[in-house]
Amino acid sequence: MRKYLALTAIAAGLWGAGVSQAHAVEIEYWQYLFDSRVTAMNELIDRFEELNPDITVKQTTFPYADYQTRLVAAKAAGKSPEVMQLFYGWLDKFASGKLLQPLSEDMFPSAEIEKDFFPIVTAMKRDGKYYGLPTAVRSLALFYNKKLFKEAGLDPENPPQNLDELLKAAKATVKQDGSGNIVSAGITLDMAGQDQHWWREVLVRQFGGDPYADDYTKVTYDDEAGKKALEFYTDLQTKEKVGKVGFMDEGQAAFRAGLAAMTIDGTFRLGSFSSIKNFDWGVTELPANADGLRSNYASYFANGIAAGVEGEKLEAAEKFLKFVSSKEAMDVWLKTVGELPARRDAAMTDENLKDPIYGPFLKGLDYAHTTMFVDESAQRQVSIDMVNRVLLQDQAPADSLKQAAEAEQAIIDHSKK
Amino acid sequence: MTSANNTQVAPPAGRSRKRLRMQTKRVLWAWGFLALPIIFYSWIRFYPTLDAFWLSFTDWDLLSEPNFIGLDNYRHLFNDPQFWQVFKNTFTYLLVGTPLSLFFAFIIAYFLDRVRYLQGFIRALYFLPFLTTASAMAWVWRWFYQPVPIGIINGFLANFGIAQQPFIRSVDQALPSVLATAIWAGVGFQIVIFMAGLRAIPQTYYEAARIDGLGEIAILRKITLPLLKPTTVFLVVFSSIGFLRIFDQVYNITTNDPGGPLNSTKPLVLMIYQSAFSSYQMGYAAAQTVVLFTILLVVSLMQLWVMRER
Repeated sequence: MRKYLALTAIAAGLWGAGVSQAHAVEIEYWQYLFDSRVTAMNELIDRFEELNPDITVKQTTFPYADYQTRLVAAKAAGKSPEVMQLFYGWLDKFASGKLLQPLSEDMFPSAEIEKDFFPIVTAMKRDGKYYGLPTAVRSLALFYNKKLFKEAGLDPENPPQNLDELLKAAKATVKQDGSGNIVSAGITLDMAGQDQHWWREVLVRQFGGDPYADDYTKVTYDDEAGKKALEFYTDLQTKEKVGKVGFMDEGQAAFRAGLAAMTIDGTFRLGSFSSIKNFDWGVTELPANADGLRSNYASYFANGIAAGVEGEKLEAAEKFLKFVSSKEAMDVWLKTVGELPARRDAAMTDENLKDPIYGPFLKGLDYAHTTMFVDESAQRQVSIDMVNRVLLQDQAPADSLKQAAEAEQAIIDHSKK
Repeated sequence: MTSANNTQVAPPAGRSRKRLRMQTKRVLWAWGFLALPIIFYSWIRFYPTLDAFWLSFTDWDLLSEPNFIGLDNYRHLFNDPQFWQVFKNTFTYLLVGTPLSLFFAFIIAYFLDRVRYLQGFIRALYFLPFLTTASAMAWVWRWFYQPVPIGIINGFLANFGIAQQPFIRSVDQALPSVLATAIWAGVGFQIVIFMAGLRAIPQTYYEAARIDGLGEIAILRKITLPLLKPTTVFLVVFSSIGFLRIFDQVYNITTNDPGGPLNSTKPLVLMIYQSAFSSYQMGYAAAQTVVLFTILLVVSLMQLWVMRER
């Protein structure tokens, strides 16, 4: 009898141990290496593990340059992390390559997502299913150097609000040496930076066009509006001489060095600009056109769950994804990384909207567009080349535009094959 | 007695058997050591090389299973205007870079060989760029080539009232600018090899020639250059392969628009890299690799044949 009891006790003990072991789930999370993002994620993981003591999350990071390749290679090797961060523009490739699984409708109801998040979240939706959710989103704004504005006799508290004022401010602030070389730019021109988005999603629309049609499967900027938008951009260098592509190597470097009065850049630049000591800078919404039409480009990194994850790992991954997409996580992210919350209620607080820095970016989110890239770097190259043909080879803007539209259409068609 | 005889005969036989075993053992050991690198190399070098040939006939995109598509990748490649631009660039790097760098290397080595004072120091100065990480060096040069106010070269030109040059921001000047950096980076190594070659020529030849009253130019033409031939052949092949495979200098100098502006500096290796790791067209990239392999093979064989010992 005693023996029997002892056996039962042992069995029960084993059973208990087995159960508790089964509950200690470890999931892996991947993102690219960027100091503040890693710090923010570490804090989120600590909080999450406190709430869910039976789940451990292991964070792994890779330099951005090979992050995407790592994800793809890990998939090929069958070693994908349970939860991964991805740029929204990679989704087509990742969904068709079966890197990701769609989020379950029970845990993440579509209707709720669309009610709570900014509309740009739909870029993560394919065939009615969501493949990931962002913690933070990014938009563009016009950064301006208050010191250079003052020196040029402009009101540093009254930055340009439309394209005419932008041009006037640029003309007032640009400085040239005796032989006409720019020594301090009015506005930076850097198509390899954020200007490509300014051109595609903002200028083309402001000149009356529409850059793409049919869910970004058809390039439609090869028209009069596109031509005017391209001319406006290249004229800044050729006719107005207020900026120069390649000046100080990169637009952000020129602004940082205090050698550019204005630059168009995103929220992610706030961290690096916050350490500028020798001048004050401000942020304002991207300038409107003459009719007051504004536009913006918003983008984001989302978190998704790898295909093939199931059982308790899936349960843990879903819990983790839910947590990093919560309002609490977004507050941490805003404070640590400086990126805007992806949920309306977390973003559009009075405090945030009145913030002189976050305010303009948040306002931009309301009317922002999100380009659905099929091959982000190849499409970016098309825009860079389009501007270079005009600036370096004196090609007529209309011809260069046509060539760019054809090249980009070919890239899109190739990927949809 | 017989037993004693037997024991006397036995040892030599045993020794020879033992010696044989020793020899076999040695051979086995040697092969054992050789097998390791052979297996290793076949696995990580030759097998992937052969695999690349196979991949070049597929549409592999790293994510889905490769499908056999015959010669489609090659057809696409030969109809791609970018490929021909890149092809032209690659051969410009080769045909301008190799002779120019060898010319400079030889001139410098030839005169440096006659300098006694501070020779080691000067040689070290020339060799230094070769030791520097290509990416760090390329970044420094990228800044050198900038327009004013940060570009040193343009600042220098401005001092003499010469108009600012666009350098890497121009479709015509970008490739020469990148090439100059690459030559500068590699010339130190070639100088050292040339100097070793010059040292290996016996002094007695020169003494005899001088006694016979030969001028310096004649000595250079009749003695130095012919006797340097093995060194030259080695350097031509070595540097040709280097220029055909040029990548890091280009990629780092033009990092915001790799291979640009407008593909004017893009070499074949960079195109392969972009097809493979930014567009994930592995099959297409493999086809380009096969083309590069063929070019390398043909160029190397041609050079060896032209410069062979007669």
